[in-house]
Formats: sequence, structure tokens, C-alpha cells
Amino acid sequence: MNTCSCPECAAELTLPDNAMEHEIIPCQDCGTELEIVSLSPARVELAPEIEEDWGE
Amino acid sequence: MSDMRVAVLITHVRPEEKLLFAAFAARGITPDVIADGDLNIDLTAGPEQLAPSRIPWQAYDLIFERSVSTSRGLYALAIFESWGLNVINRYVTAAVCADKLQTTLALTRAGVPQPTARVAFDTDRALDALADLSYPAVLKPVTGSWGRLLARVDNRTAAEAILEHRQTLGNYTHHVYYAQAFVDKPGRDIRAFVVGERTICAIYRHSQHWITNTARGGQATNCPVTPELDALCRTAANAVGGGILAIDVLEHPEHGLLVNEINHTMEFRNSSVPTGVDIAAEVVDYTLRTVESSGVVA
Repeated sequence: MNTCSCPECAAELTLPDNAMEHEIIPCQDCGTELEIVSLSPARVELAPEIEEDWGE
Repeated sequence: MSDMRVAVLITHVRPEEKLLFAAFAARGITPDVIADGDLNIDLTAGPEQLAPSRIPWQAYDLIFERSVSTSRGLYALAIFESWGLNVINRYVTAAVCADKLQTTLALTRAGVPQPTARVAFDTDRALDALADLSYPAVLKPVTGSWGRLLARVDNRTAAEAILEHRQTLGNYTHHVYYAQAFVDKPGRDIRAFVVGERTICAIYRHSQHWITNTARGGQATNCPVTPELDALCRTAANAVGGGILAIDVLEHPEHGLLVNEINHTMEFRNSSVPTGVDIAAEVVDYTLRTVESSGVVA
């Protein structure tokens, strides 16, 4: 099981089996948006703020 | 087919990218995922330089641009195309779609019905433009997405306030005052998905709010692709250069279907279930056909 801790609330996070680097996931405890920056070892950072030119 | 080398350029991985990766995998292809934040490109050299994947850019048969960051995606496309690499969507398409004013011009040239739109560069002339459109009207930034910073302007007093805020607080792009006639929608708009020469499916986006983007809470249901909608959307897609595009369409009570905006890195996470169309599979099959028809497989 791939786990790490939330940088916002320190809760233990379990990454989904199909998790990918650069994927945005919510913390299962505090709901903060996090970016997966590494899978091995598992590591997340606070997701970047939405920038003005972001979109589809 | 599995020898094909594909790079997908991302800012971060959205649900759409995961669906696309799964569709590529089902066809025996594992794309290299390249984060635009990792790019460091020598602009005076060529495609022989290494990508962050440690593979020369020229080894890719296709670079599929899916950046959330419009500016990064546009510059990356410009670079890759200048090197002669296969990209989707093409730079010209992305550049037109990323700019609402340019989109309006392209649709006008092609005779595509759309809401009346005006532009002014001075706040007094912007007030004139809004009066010319008549209230209510809609002020939009020329760049941006997800319904951000759209303003329905109901009267001159509101217009004066919004324009002063934009002039004072905004950067130079907010001083381009692009305004559209307000269309009194029937509680929904239409998003149609065009892939190559086909309108593969469409959804209604329902909302009590005048902004119906699903990013703002609009609910998706299937919208039948009628011959009228199909023809309109394909014409609009061709007007901006074609490719993989999401066309936003308004139902005007008197003038019928009007093209509102076109998106070049479309999101579709909520659209395959209501339409029953595997959008990711359609997109991936199109990208592979495009590479095959180009005859350039590294």
C-alpha cells in the first residue's frame, strides 16, 4: 500500500492503485487538493493555485 | 501500431488524461507523460535535443498537447511545430481558440452564427460598446476558461463599476474589453465534441445560473446530435483550424443555434456516461489516424 502524509493536516494518505505523478487528489481527511509529486516513495505537495491562463 | 511513440504534454493529470492514457493502453501504446513545468528547451537548437523523458523530441511520432496552462501549451506547440513534429491540436487552432476575440473573427469569416460581439480598448468606448449591444450584455476576458471572470452586465451603473475594477486591478489583457450580446438561454447550453470531421456527441449543460459550465456546477445530460447541430459544429471547428474540439453552443430563442466558444484542450469527464460515447477512445483513435496519415513514424 502506497502511503504518505498530507502536508496540510498530517493525515496518512493512501494513494489509489492507479495513481500517477502530477495527478491532483483530495486529502481524504481535510479535503485539501494535493499533487502527487512522487510515487516511489509516495510524496504529495499542496496543489498549485489555479492560474489565470488555466482552462480547457 | 504499438511501436508508435507518443508524448502527452500535461500541466497536471486530470481525469481526462487518465481516460486518454487508458485508451492508449488499450491500443498497445504507453505514452510518455511530460509535465510542461519540466520543460527546458534550447530555442536555438532543434528536435534532436532531449525531452525530460531523456528521449530526443524528434523520436516522438506525436506530441499530444493537453496542458491546463494555456500559455505553456501554446508556446510548446509553437516550438514543436517549428521543428516539424506532429502535434495535436495544431498551434493555429490552439491560438485561435485560446483567444475569444480571435475565435469570433474566425467564426465571422466562416459565416458561423454567433452572438454579436464588440471590442473596445478604452473604458468610455467600452460603455459605448455595451450600449450598442444593449443591456444585459456579457463582458468576458479574451483569455481564460471555466467561466472565470465572466460578468453579466445588467445596466450602465454595473458596467461602470466592472470596467473601473478591470482597468484598475487587471493586467493589460483585462483592458481589452470584449463584450457579447447576452443570450437568454433556456436554462441550458450545448457542448458538442468534434473529433476530426465528426461531431461524435453532445451534452446539454443545465444550470439555474446563467453560467452553465460544468466546472461551475452545470449538470450534463445527453443532447442528440441533429444534422443542424452537426453541420454547425463541423463548420465552426473547421473555421478555427480543426482537430479535437469542444464547441459551446447557445440556443437563441429567435436566431436558433449560435456558437459561443471553442475549447482546444477539452474536458469531457462528465460527458461519456450521459452520451454513451467513449470520448477518450474516439480521441485516441483520431490521434493515431492522424499520425498514420502523416506518414511520419519515427
